[in-house]
Amino acid sequence: MSTSRPIADLDSPSESNFNVALPSRHGLDKIFEVASWVATFVGLIVLAALLIDTVVDSLPRLSWGFITNFPSTRAVAAGVLPALVGTLWLLVLTTLVAFPLGVGAGIYLEEYAPDNLFTRAIEINISNLAAVPSIIYGLLGLQVFVRWLLPVTGGRSILAGALTLALLVLPIIIITTRESLRAIPGSLRQAGFALGATRWQVIREHIFPLALPGILTGTILAISRAIGETAPLIVVGAATFITFLPTNLQSKFTALPIQIFNWVSRPVVANPDKNFQFNAAAGIVVLMVVLLGMNSIAIFLRNKFQKGRA
Amino acid sequence: MKSDFIQESNFSAMPTSEAILEAEKVTVHYGSFMALRETYINIPKNQITAFIGPSGCGKSTLLRCFNRMNDLIPGAKVGGKIRFHGENLHDRKFDKRIEEIRRRIGMVFQKPNPFSKTIYENIAFGARINGYRGDMDELVERSLRQAALWDEAKDKLKQSGLSLSGGQQQRLCIARAIAVQPEVILMDEPCSALDPISTLRIEELLHELEERYTIIIVTHNMQQASRVSDMTAFFNVKATESGQRQGYLAEYDRTEVIFQNPKEQVTQEYVSGRFG
Ligand SMILES: Nc1ncnc2c1ncn2[C@@H]1O[C@H](COP(=O)(O)OP(=O)(O)OP(=O)(O)O)[C@@H](O)[C@H]1O
Ligand SMILES: [Mg+2]
Repeated sequence: MSTSRPIADLDSPSESNFNVALPSRHGLDKIFEVASWVATFVGLIVLAALLIDTVVDSLPRLSWGFITNFPSTRAVAAGVLPALVGTLWLLVLTTLVAFPLGVGAGIYLEEYAPDNLFTRAIEINISNLAAVPSIIYGLLGLQVFVRWLLPVTGGRSILAGALTLALLVLPIIIITTRESLRAIPGSLRQAGFALGATRWQVIREHIFPLALPGILTGTILAISRAIGETAPLIVVGAATFITFLPTNLQSKFTALPIQIFNWVSRPVVANPDKNFQFNAAAGIVVLMVVLLGMNSIAIFLRNKFQKGRA
Repeated sequence: MKSDFIQESNFSAMPTSEAILEAEKVTVHYGSFMALRETYINIPKNQITAFIGPSGCGKSTLLRCFNRMNDLIPGAKVGGKIRFHGENLHDRKFDKRIEEIRRRIGMVFQKPNPFSKTIYENIAFGARINGYRGDMDELVERSLRQAALWDEAKDKLKQSGLSLSGGQQQRLCIARAIAVQPEVILMDEPCSALDPISTLRIEELLHELEERYTIIIVTHNMQQASRVSDMTAFFNVKATESGQRQGYLAEYDRTEVIFQNPKEQVTQEYVSGRFG
């Protein structure tokens, strides 16, 4: 061994196989730090600009009346009540259908299903389904729920809409469930089995509770997306001008994105009574409040379940 | 003394108690890879049997045959017979009673794996799912006492099992295994993640448990094997012509014989650290 050298000499290449080159490495480090900061900031700026623009546009219309009024041919009197109620119905129905089915399928595929050609084919198909454009789901819903299942759904009804949206989020819920389950270490399953637990006992007591926060977060994000969907609902035939609230599952319905889309597509005119652009902006704000509400519930539930377990 | 205890001729020693588990011509494949070849071994009741041998020789593999944990590994195939009280555990008729087998033959893993629940629940879980009808508080206390964890844990039964130190967690896992009142406890390198003091505590614990349970312990620690066990099985690997590394049981005898006067040259080299 050579005698020790002062630390300042360490990056001199003499008698060493290491080229430490700290200044250039630190330089690179700095460049990437700045680059990722810029990436974050650009996204934030665009988002903030959109939000502020929308909120400013919505101000002339945003009032309690806007929420409690039915649509009208007069822009100042038109409100979102049926659309808001329709969206809330869709939200609840979609969740009721998609959550149990998706989580059940996820548990089966991840915990029970043998690893064979058949299950692998299913797996690939589910991943592909998650990437299918939403309008295709609309067409499927139109054929299956509106036409074939007419006696059950009553045609272009809120039930047909909810089932279509459920179909849309199902692959995402299945995938999230599987990923959350996969993240739980196998050693916990082995511990359970080694005590003589059945598969269901292990899942119920040890695996599912740990996976639940992840499953809930994924599910709520998926359903939030679905609630903002317009295309599939237009295809299954959501109405745009509705002057009553849904009373049962077979009622005709509209939803916030449909209403917003309808308003946005009206011509921009000077006459304030005919200018629906402000209504569209106000509608967007209402929709965003609904989505923010859902995301807060997601965060609340996640924290609750994470604290709930030891 | 049972004369049929050691089945192969070169295993002459006879343990002083009856066999609770008997492996007969056990061969384990993972897919097409043969991990363990034609193993015969009889595990004496209420004694401690140590499995030693180089990495990859199939110690864990054989251990998992005893409580059918290999069933959970896709592609694992177990051939031969594992007799528990004389009945072949791998018989089809036990397929519907695997849970009962696993309750009676418990397991402690290499890495402590307490459930993400309270200390109390960690122990109560196994008892509850197996339909235990006695006093749960008492069972929890008794199990923790037997695992020498009661004094450290009695004031925090409602805290997470994960809040314990590694050594405490391993003792919790032992307590959890004891709580379902098994007859056999399989331990796969239970001390490999522990400091010397925790290791010593667990070794003391093993001696206490020996009265009531049959214990099989896999260990890489020669001193540990010689300190705690009554019988020692030395496993080894040999390469086949095709280059695959197969595990086999090289020698099985009383611990003092294995460590002081083994019959096989490889055993001698392994236990004295002159192996490979
Ligand atoms: N789940 C598995 N799938 C495929 N091969 C496996 C599996 N488990 C073990 N093996 C193989 O079987 C052989 C024996 O493994 P095993 O885990 O029984 O060895 P071991 O004696 O316990 O080794 P160690 O002392 O390192 O724990 C090894 O070659 C290993 O690669
Ligand atoms: Mg092992």
